[in-house]
Amino acid sequence: MRLRASDLTLAYDRRVVASNLDVSITDGSFTVIVGPNACGKSTLLKALARVLTPQSGAVHLDGRAISSYPSKEVARRLGMLPQSPVVPGGIVVEELVARGRFAHQRLLRQWSPEDEAAVADAMRLTGTEALADRFVDELSGGQRQRVWLAVALAQQTSILLLDEPTTFLDLSHQFEVLDLCADLHEQGRTIVAVLHDLNHACRYATELIVMRDGAVLAQGPPAEVMTAELVERVFAMPCRVMTDPETETPMIVPASRARRRALA
Amino acid sequence: MKAGSKVRAVRYGPVSLRLHPRALAVGAALLLVALAVALVNLTSGDFPLPASDVLRSLVGQGDAGTDFIVLELRLPRVLLTLLVGAALGAGGAVFQSLTRNPLGSPDFVGITVGAATGALVVMLILGGGGVQVATGAVIGCVATSVGIYLLAFRRGAQPFRLVLMGVGVSALLEAFNSYLIYRGRLDEAMAAQVWQIGSVNGRTWTEVTIVGVAVAVLLPIALYYGRQLTMLSLGDEMAVLHGVPVERSRIVLALAAVGLAAGATAAAGPIAFVALAAPPLAARLTRSPGAGILPAAMMGAALLTAGDWAAQHTLPGDDIPVGIITAALGGVYLTWLLIHERRTRG
Ligand SMILES: Nc1ncnc2c1ncn2[C@@H]1O[C@H](COP(=O)(O)OP(=O)(O)O)[C@@H](O)[C@H]1O
Ligand SMILES: [Mg+2]
Repeated sequence: MRLRASDLTLAYDRRVVASNLDVSITDGSFTVIVGPNACGKSTLLKALARVLTPQSGAVHLDGRAISSYPSKEVARRLGMLPQSPVVPGGIVVEELVARGRFAHQRLLRQWSPEDEAAVADAMRLTGTEALADRFVDELSGGQRQRVWLAVALAQQTSILLLDEPTTFLDLSHQFEVLDLCADLHEQGRTIVAVLHDLNHACRYATELIVMRDGAVLAQGPPAEVMTAELVERVFAMPCRVMTDPETETPMIVPASRARRRALA
Repeated sequence: MKAGSKVRAVRYGPVSLRLHPRALAVGAALLLVALAVALVNLTSGDFPLPASDVLRSLVGQGDAGTDFIVLELRLPRVLLTLLVGAALGAGGAVFQSLTRNPLGSPDFVGITVGAATGALVVMLILGGGGVQVATGAVIGCVATSVGIYLLAFRRGAQPFRLVLMGVGVSALLEAFNSYLIYRGRLDEAMAAQVWQIGSVNGRTWTEVTIVGVAVAVLLPIALYYGRQLTMLSLGDEMAVLHGVPVERSRIVLALAAVGLAAGATAAAGPIAFVALAAPPLAARLTRSPGAGILPAAMMGAALLTAGDWAAQHTLPGDDIPVGIITAALGGVYLTWLLIHERRTRG
């Protein structure tokens, strides 16, 4: 396993979000993390990307503690789209996407042909070319989300962590982003995404990680882990699990209001 | 506002540079303006000299009389103006970028006030002068910066806390400085008060050397870390993700900026507003994102030389401290900034 966390304690100051957390990301998988709000999904992702230092335990990347790498070396292997990046003022989209190349640049290698190609690819894949000259702080939430995705893609890492990449997007753009992730996955990258929609998760994930209260309750292919009991236990939501007629993956149908009231 | 300026790649073998032609052109134009005004300042004074004589002296072909006036009397002051302006502009650009705040410049967050405290302590309590005052200013500057950093430090120095702490510390030190002047002997208090305005009058090669060394050593360091600074403006999280050593970069950049401000203040006193106004003015002209340290330095040099020209010519027969001119210009700028911010915020 290239990316592995062992015995993590994750906390903000004294607020402990997770303890004794072990997670391994299967190489070449499209892993989707699901779980209720505030259960620690973003926190886990931040720890995996060494944005948050664990209070104890360690994250290993390619067999070495991630904290022991030079910072650029990690950034060439692992990229992440944070949940709510700070929106910078006075910068146009193309310039921002170009900053995604920082880890590949040096003082005298500031803008190689590879940099240029990577930025062009990232913008093409995310459909942001038409926005190239627009100011980032003047974009809609959905446009901005695709720009940030382009920044992460420009980094050209073989492991990509995405925290809620489909928020702010309308239905067709959600599927565009998910399809893009699936394409990247097919090209051999390891994708780890936090998603809220369980049906999207089941359709796209090769592997699910189900979290609650800072703990991993289940990990495995959606068809194996996604059961009505699990959904009820994790989300406190009675439901039926059926087969998605389009993809033959599990499909979660929440119980009706009347049935939920009857069960309560 | 128009879209950002275009980028050009310059490649030669494995070397590739990412250049903003517009920023380069603006930087070069500002440098030319600064040098032209500097030349005018060399020609003017009690004994007006033709530019041709001044240039001849500068290249070592003048007569003894002109040489004395140009090289001994006027050149230190003119060089000092250029260097102090550049140091303030560059230091301001780094600070505003680090704090992500247009008011986060050394003169606003109390760093130059701390330098003044150091200088006043030397002048009024220890009875020192000259290089000792400059040393006091540097010590005061660095001590204040470290103090503000420690006060603002809570889970990493948050930019906004730094600015607020700086403004608070600045007010306290301001009061202390007033007290020092109040309790001083009249003649000493006068000298201290004039020093506090910020001036390049009657400065010698000693002061030129102080700020010259600061610029020669620290400006390249700041420029070297310029790309890291640009990444830091995306927020710490994004910077980490893209491989910026955040804490190290921030400390190196902050120390370089403090050093630049300290060198400038030690040499010329706390000259107001150049560090605050030069970076955004330069950025308006370059229309480039990023910290724009070099254009800000050039803008600082141009502003201060122009300010010094005005200081010599505003009141006939009186050579007022340049700090008065920059403070007046700064007041206008700050008013404009506040009105403009209100307007853009809607
Ligand atoms: N920067 C922070 N400082 C303090 N607490 C935080 C911070 N970020 C998240 N938390 C807390 O940590 C817990 C987990 O948050 P998070 O990982 O963001 O959840 P989610 O699963 O929704 O992504 C929540 O209780 C949240 O309030
Ligand atoms: Mg989250």
